[in-house]
Amino acid sequence: MQSWVPLAPESASTMSWKVDAIYFYLSGVTLFFTLLISAILIFFVIRYRRRTPYEIPRPIAGSHKLETLWTVIPFLIAMTIFGWSAKVYFEQYSPPQNAMEVYVVGKQWMWKIQHSTGQREINELHVPVGKKIKLIMTTEDVIHDFFVPAFRMKADVVPGKYTTEWFEATKTGTYHLFCAEYCGMNHSGMIGSVVVMESREFDNWLSGNTNNTTPAVAGQQLFQTLGCVSCHGANGEGGRGPTLAGLFGRQTMLAGGQTVRADEAYIRESILNPQAKLVEGFGPIMPTFQGQISEDQLMQILAFIKSLQVTNPVQATAANGQPTVTGASQPRPSQK
Amino acid sequence: MKEFEAFDLPQPSKVNYINAQYGLKSWLLTKDHKRIALLYLGSITFFFFIGGLYAMMIRLELLTPQGDLLQSTTYNKVFTQHGIIMVFFFLIPSIPATLGNFLVPMMIGAKDLAFPRINLLSWYIYMAGGLITIYALLAGGVDTGWTFYTPFSTTFSNSYVVAAGLGIFINGFSSILTGLNFIVTIHTMRAPGMTWFRLPLFIWSHYATSLVMILGTPVIAITVLLLAFERVARVGIFDPALGGDPILFQHLFWFYSHPAVYIMVLPSMGVVSELIANFSRKNIFGYKFVAFSSLAIAVFGFLVWGHHLFVASQSVYAGMIFSFLSFAVAIPSAIKVFNWTATLYKSSISFDTPMLYALGFIGLFTVGGMTGLFLAAVAVDVHLSDTYFIVAHFHYIMVGGALMGYLGGLHYWWPKISGRMYPEGWGRFSALVIFVGFNLTFLPQFVAGYLGMPRRYHAYPPEFQVFNVLSSAGASILGFGMLIPAIYFVWSMRYGKVAESNPWHLPGLEWRTQSPPPTENFEATPIVTWEAYEFAPPEETQVVGKFAGELETA
Amino acid sequence: MSHAASAEPHGHPALQHHFENMEQQREAGTLGMWVFLVTEIMFFGGMFLAYTLYRSAYPSAFASASNHLDITMGAVNTGVLILSSFTMAMSVYFTQIGKSRPQILCLIATIILGLTFLGIKAVEYRQKYEDSLIPGRLIPTRPFNPAVAYEGEVNEHKLHLIGNATVHQVELFYWIYFAMTGMHALHMIIGAGLLTFLLYFSIKGRYGPEYHSPVEVIGLYWHFVDIVWIFLFPLLYLLGRHLEHV
Repeated sequence: MQSWVPLAPESASTMSWKVDAIYFYLSGVTLFFTLLISAILIFFVIRYRRRTPYEIPRPIAGSHKLETLWTVIPFLIAMTIFGWSAKVYFEQYSPPQNAMEVYVVGKQWMWKIQHSTGQREINELHVPVGKKIKLIMTTEDVIHDFFVPAFRMKADVVPGKYTTEWFEATKTGTYHLFCAEYCGMNHSGMIGSVVVMESREFDNWLSGNTNNTTPAVAGQQLFQTLGCVSCHGANGEGGRGPTLAGLFGRQTMLAGGQTVRADEAYIRESILNPQAKLVEGFGPIMPTFQGQISEDQLMQILAFIKSLQVTNPVQATAANGQPTVTGASQPRPSQK
Repeated sequence: MKEFEAFDLPQPSKVNYINAQYGLKSWLLTKDHKRIALLYLGSITFFFFIGGLYAMMIRLELLTPQGDLLQSTTYNKVFTQHGIIMVFFFLIPSIPATLGNFLVPMMIGAKDLAFPRINLLSWYIYMAGGLITIYALLAGGVDTGWTFYTPFSTTFSNSYVVAAGLGIFINGFSSILTGLNFIVTIHTMRAPGMTWFRLPLFIWSHYATSLVMILGTPVIAITVLLLAFERVARVGIFDPALGGDPILFQHLFWFYSHPAVYIMVLPSMGVVSELIANFSRKNIFGYKFVAFSSLAIAVFGFLVWGHHLFVASQSVYAGMIFSFLSFAVAIPSAIKVFNWTATLYKSSISFDTPMLYALGFIGLFTVGGMTGLFLAAVAVDVHLSDTYFIVAHFHYIMVGGALMGYLGGLHYWWPKISGRMYPEGWGRFSALVIFVGFNLTFLPQFVAGYLGMPRRYHAYPPEFQVFNVLSSAGASILGFGMLIPAIYFVWSMRYGKVAESNPWHLPGLEWRTQSPPPTENFEATPIVTWEAYEFAPPEETQVVGKFAGELETA
Repeated sequence: MSHAASAEPHGHPALQHHFENMEQQREAGTLGMWVFLVTEIMFFGGMFLAYTLYRSAYPSAFASASNHLDITMGAVNTGVLILSSFTMAMSVYFTQIGKSRPQILCLIATIILGLTFLGIKAVEYRQKYEDSLIPGRLIPTRPFNPAVAYEGEVNEHKLHLIGNATVHQVELFYWIYFAMTGMHALHMIIGAGLLTFLLYFSIKGRYGPEYHSPVEVIGLYWHFVDIVWIFLFPLLYLLGRHLEHV
């Protein structure tokens, strides 16, 4: 749907119209003050133009009342804009809990995307309409930015950390995807599209692309080949290393007394720099995988560890390739 | 009765700062702030042309959606170098180093700046930095963007980052020394009777600018130095692959580069205050408010750098704080605009070229400032960041604001600097052409930006072409408009009408001495007994102190 | 044409032509130096910020690396520099009261102490070079590659890693160490040069009670360089010293 604000991109997400509304208000305020000042200037310049070469107008020192007026009023207007915009911004950057996750890795000069159900894409992101989508993103090299004008949304991808972006598309269609942080030679070529489909079509599209294993399954494979199972157990039940089943999202006690929330950044850091945040009761014996593992692989292991949330004792069938976990999840501290 | 022609000096001596001594050495080893101002004028005009050539290449490339004029690597160097040259070698020194150097001592009744040799040194440092940067351009160029974001600039760019960084680093000291000189001069060398609140607003704005220069510039110096250090030594300062933090670079960079934009615009605002008052023959309405607003802008300007990191993975809470402060910094600028407008009420306005530029400034700065509010609004900035909206916003402030003020001031004080008048008809014509060309160039970019066109793209989707064509058309008009003053200023130095000492019949101290001034500015130290912008007949504004040829009071 | 306020036709021989009198000149010079020192604070400030961030990220690495610095040389240098500030202040005092011989001697002492500091620093840097502690590839033929001590080994040339520190993190400490002390040493070299210039003109008898502001102003600069070191020493040398030196 064309945005009701003129000269705006298509409105295709739940946030689009909210941002457009503030933009509209801002445009109105800008137009008002620009016209007001211009009109006054033009009026004064005509009315008070010099008529005789030697005239000297009477000096006017000022007016505290006017100064207060034109300080307070603009400030109040500014505060309305600030308040409204802060509210919308908070929503833009608070990813919802139950969103469908998609992993994005930017690199010079393409976007590599992997759905949690395994489908891989390059420079294209297929999503269902009406569902909350959360992108977990990073980059292999320099800073890029995942920008979708139709969703009024962007976020930088920064090397060495994860950033997130979320949206809920409201309209099917194909929308521009741009890289919006200068990244070198082919920065203008790092463009693609976000394809929003009806749920049914999206399911069809998914099933037509099932050659790839899901990130979680790929992660499980890496978990074995890299030797993680020897300390953390094949299903993350723990051993010489802390339990990983049910870990994601929980508060964890570290050696030294502080607690930290086990989010994506924590897990990534623990793989690359294990001694940085040692878990209480465990020794510094985990080797670092810095330099041996790519961002894609890190995301796959992350997906696997997240999947270890499920702790129902019944072995479920993996219809979509998601592995399941059995067993309890009590931490078993090892001897130093 | 021609009362205020009594502000004018009777026919002065033929010796002035230009012809007092001849020879290259007398110019290159001068201690005279006025000659140093001219040295700067020549150099920054040179750099402005280079920056302008790069701009022309950008606009030519962007006429078509395909990247067909330049290779992408070349285009990336072109926009980078446009930014570096324009920001560091034109905008930041422009008004302070030319008009400021020339006028600050004169407006306060001093013979020179506090440290004349340091002033000359600052020009040499500027030239050294400029030459090293030119070397970097000629040797192969820089392609990191003028913002040098890491790790692209530390690790991935194959261009002359260290050389360009070195040029910028050295140039920074020029800025620091200029600011230091102004602060000390304004504090310690005001003529007797020249109290703080009798100072012209040009001086207040240069004082505020100098505060920003001395506090901010050292930070970019160390940042660029660390960047070069990392590139050479391969240590992990900003590159995460080596253990560093790329966001640290952004914070350090913007901690200077945001206040830097106030270095660029505050002097221009000072010029506008002079132009509005002097060409409407009325004191600035709310003088103290305008004076303090300059200081407020300088202070608040240091608190808002995070608005460049709203989408850069800065925390949401930091984002909200910086958003609030970014709205706050807009208020003092608004106060200035309202006060200038109020000054024109019941005044006596003449449409000389300088006044046209001042009026243009007010209109364009209002647009530029208000589009800044769009960007301070975090939610909207999320959409607009790194699009052409940003490009349009800052060009409205830099070109529509700072450059207009600079041109207006150059015209206004040209008779004082050169002893000649510029041709008024051509002056007004080119002001108009520049105004029209400028708006045509940058207004469409606001639209393209909101529609989603990212910046630093040399090829773009075809739906953005119409805006780019309009913009490039405007740029050619703007370029043409700016060539005209370049030609007639040079022409006027030989063929322009010889100016009297006070061709505009104004009360400012700089006008109470001959045009061009003698080397020591005033024959005797003036004793100031009048308020700023007192246009009343001279009985009420007695000049006490001796000038060449005693001034008779009626 | 007479000037407003000076007693003699041209004033003191050191009066610059654009100043009204010596008082104004002195005031301008002093204010100028203070403003310059503010810029220096901002300049070093960027590095202090980087230090703060990386230290809070890697506390054990910073403790290990700090422990590995030679605290004796650092402490001696601190004493040397504080003493040099004292002799500098005495030099200014003697200039103000017109005692030129003590003034010159104190100036010479300051220069000698400054050079001592730089000498000790050079020895320290040499040691770092030998232990391959120069970060990154600043010295391409000798990249950062310190020998790491194993548990219980006593060898002052080997790096002892405390807690979960890694060599990679220790390298971060070392770039900060070299950047900050290197920048500081550069300022000291400039200071020593300025002091030599002062010494030359002091011997020529240029300074006295009516004209001592160059001595004062360069003294200010010297004190500033000293104060920077007083911050650097504890932040760089004294971390983790309360831990058992393993």
